[in-house]
Amino acid sequence: MKTPKELQSWQENELKKTLDRFPERKDPFTTHGGREVQRLAVPEEIDRNYLENIGFPGRYPYTRGVQPTMHRGRLWTMRQYAGFSTASASNERYRYLLDQGQTGLSVAFDLPTQIGYDSDDPMSLGEVGKVGVAIDTLADMEMLFDRIPLDKISTSMTINSPAMVLLAMYVVVAEKQGVRSDKIRGTIQNDILKEYVARGTYIFPPKPSLRLITNIFQWCAEQAPLFNTISISGYHIREAGSTAAQELAFTLANGLTYVQAALDAGLELEVFARRLAFFFNGSSNLLEEVAKFRAARRLWARIMKERFGTTDPRSMMLRFHTQTAGSSLTAQQVDNNIVRVTIQALAAVLGGTQSLHTNSRDEALSLPTEDSVRTALRTQQVIAHESGVADTIDPLAGSFFIEQLTDTLEREAVDLIGQIDEAGGVVACIDNGFIASQIEDAAYQYQQEIERGERIIVGVNEFQVEEEATVPVLRVDPKVEDEQVARLQQVKAERDNEAVQQALDELGRAAREDRNLMAPVLAAVRAYGSLGEICNVLRGVFGEYRGRQW
Amino acid sequence: MKKYRVLIGKPGLDGHDRGAKFIARALRDAGFEVIYTGIRRTPDEIAAAAIHEDVAAVGLSSMSGGHVRLFPAVVDALSRAGASDIPVLGGGIIPAEDVPAMIEAGIRQIFTPGTKVETIIAAFTEACAQQHGQRE
Repeated sequence: MKTPKELQSWQENELKKTLDRFPERKDPFTTHGGREVQRLAVPEEIDRNYLENIGFPGRYPYTRGVQPTMHRGRLWTMRQYAGFSTASASNERYRYLLDQGQTGLSVAFDLPTQIGYDSDDPMSLGEVGKVGVAIDTLADMEMLFDRIPLDKISTSMTINSPAMVLLAMYVVVAEKQGVRSDKIRGTIQNDILKEYVARGTYIFPPKPSLRLITNIFQWCAEQAPLFNTISISGYHIREAGSTAAQELAFTLANGLTYVQAALDAGLELEVFARRLAFFFNGSSNLLEEVAKFRAARRLWARIMKERFGTTDPRSMMLRFHTQTAGSSLTAQQVDNNIVRVTIQALAAVLGGTQSLHTNSRDEALSLPTEDSVRTALRTQQVIAHESGVADTIDPLAGSFFIEQLTDTLEREAVDLIGQIDEAGGVVACIDNGFIASQIEDAAYQYQQEIERGERIIVGVNEFQVEEEATVPVLRVDPKVEDEQVARLQQVKAERDNEAVQQALDELGRAAREDRNLMAPVLAAVRAYGSLGEICNVLRGVFGEYRGRQW
Repeated sequence: MKKYRVLIGKPGLDGHDRGAKFIARALRDAGFEVIYTGIRRTPDEIAAAAIHEDVAAVGLSSMSGGHVRLFPAVVDALSRAGASDIPVLGGGIIPAEDVPAMIEAGIRQIFTPGTKVETIIAAFTEACAQQHGQRE
């Protein structure tokens, strides 16, 4: 049979270029018995609909994936979000995970750090070191990455409002290791818009927050070109109870808001757009999730091309991280969660994710123990090395159900984005509550279905057993808070306080003058100015966001 | 049924309020008058709001592990303000082994994940009825 000309053109261009530079993991991939696994199955007849809506991996509209060889070339990055109590305890966990074969770090910060409070702030009481690591000054960050070579690993940091401060600390730690900022790889979440509707770690009002974000885009474009400057996140929107279509719509609407903000600030589209990354939820409805990931890639490519007029393929490619759905985990019969996570992880892999965090079985009870974290990582390794799904590209393409659902989700998302546009954009829809109430309605309806038994959650409203609470829970020692406060006081006693004050004053001036804030924040961090001190200067200039009335 | 007024509060810095909002709305649908504080309130703010709004019961939600210090802090703040008659109920990601200490600290009842909403509504109804009974 003759190879269709479009397939041939893909093979000779995108595929060949990639294979020349990056050979696949195996040559050939085979099943037990030696039969070769096809790289990419395509229909016998390639028609216009196929080319416009499905196409080839690594080619517009990227429905089938962003790279021509996908997981055959390189497996997704197995990146477990972790971090607790102190920098030294987290450092130990990271080095354990790297030893276990994890390929990237993902830092969880405690809530005071995420909201820009020092550990000794009255607002931090009871929260220090609880859901992540406490970082007050550069000294903590130095300890966090002790003996971890920052030129060798990539680090994802879940930090939003104060993202600039943590990025600056990371840059300085790398510098002290002799690693220049143009060599560091990783991602900061830096996605403030979803915080106002879903996750809640906002500090400043939307407008100055967008300025901090575009300042980071600009600085990284010049100084840290390998760093992903933002991870535009649907994950928390979904966790807050949205539907799959809402997750898709609100995430991409936030994405295009950042693009517009950066353009308005005078940045060049082709310079910053390629460093945008996304972060989605992997929920239990396997087929809907696969369709969602495919629709997300296609819709983002279309938005970037049609709405913003980019011609650079890298700016059209939606690269994403997935985390399995924490809210789907149950406190009942916790081992069932391993099965849920497996299905969700499988959806992410079949959907073409670039990196993945699998939740641990005990997360409905507490932070995960080391044993359950290992099982979660093993789940990814089993999918990667035993299931065979990573050996071929986008294997669900062409299923009537999957393709129609991909179309439906895209259409629903386009409708919702249209409603947001008409209402004046995302910031207006945060202020008037449109986005929050959409999510809230969906969450309420879903929970009511569970309460009424219309939706079965195994072990919760069906198939229950009497259980004794025997699952070991990980507990953060309350002493951690006192120790962290003491550590901060020691740093404050040993640093040059005059230099800190000068750096903070300069930061205040830069904030009032609309200059890029990255340089003054770097200076303040170098002088061991604390996160809280830096954020307080900015609170003074920008004001604080207070939340909407319910 | 008497229309009871209750306050749902999110003490601490944790912003995950899907559960808090669900309970607030379910109580409202069950005939309560519900005030939800929104996220990131201090124990003092929650106590002040409860007194100001003259509620018959307070419900607290926490997902971050902060309940250990924060739930008792709300009970203390109410009692310091002379409102120790307002019952405090709590829920969220709370390990079963923490429940006795919470009850000891004056929390009337703790709801762990998977509790049916009817159970929670019934508990609020009872707590409110008792509080009204004490006042009259």
